[in-house]
Amino acid sequence: MDKQKIKEALFGGLNNNPVFILVIGMCPVIAQSNTIIKAFSLGAATAIVLIISNVVVSFLRNFIPDKVRIPCYITIVATITVVIMLLMESYLNDLYQTLGSFLALVAVNCIIMARLETYASKNAPIYTVLDSVSMGLGFVFAITTLGVVRQLLTMAKFDIFATTAGGFIVLGFMIAAFTSVSKLINDKLQKRKQVVVVENCTSAREIV
Amino acid sequence: MNDIATIFITLMMGALTSNAVLNQGLSICSFLGVSKKTSNAFGMGAAVTFVLVISSLIVYGVQYSFIVPFKLEYLDLIVFILIIAALVQLLDIVLKRFAPTMYSSLGVYLPLVTTNCVIIYTVRRVVGYDLSTLGLLQAFLDPLFVGLGFILAICLMSGVRERLALGKIPKTFEGFPIVLIAAGIFAMAFSGFIGFKI
Repeated sequence: MDKQKIKEALFGGLNNNPVFILVIGMCPVIAQSNTIIKAFSLGAATAIVLIISNVVVSFLRNFIPDKVRIPCYITIVATITVVIMLLMESYLNDLYQTLGSFLALVAVNCIIMARLETYASKNAPIYTVLDSVSMGLGFVFAITTLGVVRQLLTMAKFDIFATTAGGFIVLGFMIAAFTSVSKLINDKLQKRKQVVVVENCTSAREIV
Repeated sequence: MNDIATIFITLMMGALTSNAVLNQGLSICSFLGVSKKTSNAFGMGAAVTFVLVISSLIVYGVQYSFIVPFKLEYLDLIVFILIIAALVQLLDIVLKRFAPTMYSSLGVYLPLVTTNCVIIYTVRRVVGYDLSTLGLLQAFLDPLFVGLGFILAICLMSGVRERLALGKIPKTFEGFPIVLIAAGIFAMAFSGFIGFKI
């Protein structure tokens, strides 16, 4: 077990947030985040498909031939999506009706393909579980935050925020905020590390 | 007369009033990823339109020859996705052989057409058209105009982004944020089409 790898996988959802940093898998993020319930349920569905398909592909990574890997991945993801859709249709029918066609679009979400291609096809299942859970939670966090902001603004009678235009604009401001805040935190951490190094150096010199 | 009106409404809906990118928020990935230069944006739009039309026609045929007679509706998503993936692979091979310049200019974005949301979304609408001449005509024209709407959106956006690259932008908004806000303003303009009554 590689400690560095585990750490990287665990913080993947934050440091490489699919929505705010990588900016992939945006279709549901923009189109379906105008209410909290829609945003959260679609995010959760995407996260579940992401986790299961990543683990499956990670187990099968030595058996899938390299040349036909994309059709293989797509079939696996589509099958899992269909299972989730059928489950939702029978147990959460109201939600299934509201989400409509967008539930099927989970199968072609870029974030799932990107994780399969870059992580699950190269790493053991144990790391893949951590990475996909962290990525899935990062996605749910991002889309739900967007949903909260948009629903609050819509409730305050800014009707534009319920449409696609509002989605684009809110997401633009949120990416700007997220990147600048994470940059601020990283700078602080860097400075603290430097201070520690400097202190160590001075104490070492004193000893000498 | 009534048929002509139906077709006209389908066309206007596909291209303008429910523009795939700007009014419905579909296929944002390629919209943001490939809209840096107008030439690339147009190539991407053309590739998407081509795959959209051909896959819609194939899916329309498959729907009425296999899926409906054998009652396989619950598997349709897998079938559609495999058809689209196979078609993109075919396009990849054909372009590599017969149009190498276009192939190299599209580059990595050609395989990305497979995971373009607008294709699967439109295909799922196309299978709803009934089995008749009018239905077949709609199954051909609807994806064509959705694709034209996509080309319109992505080319407009690439024009704006070519200008944005020259402008002075606040440091926080560099990169994606300013592009998303510009897209938001575009989407506001396009939402004006929704009010039209035909």
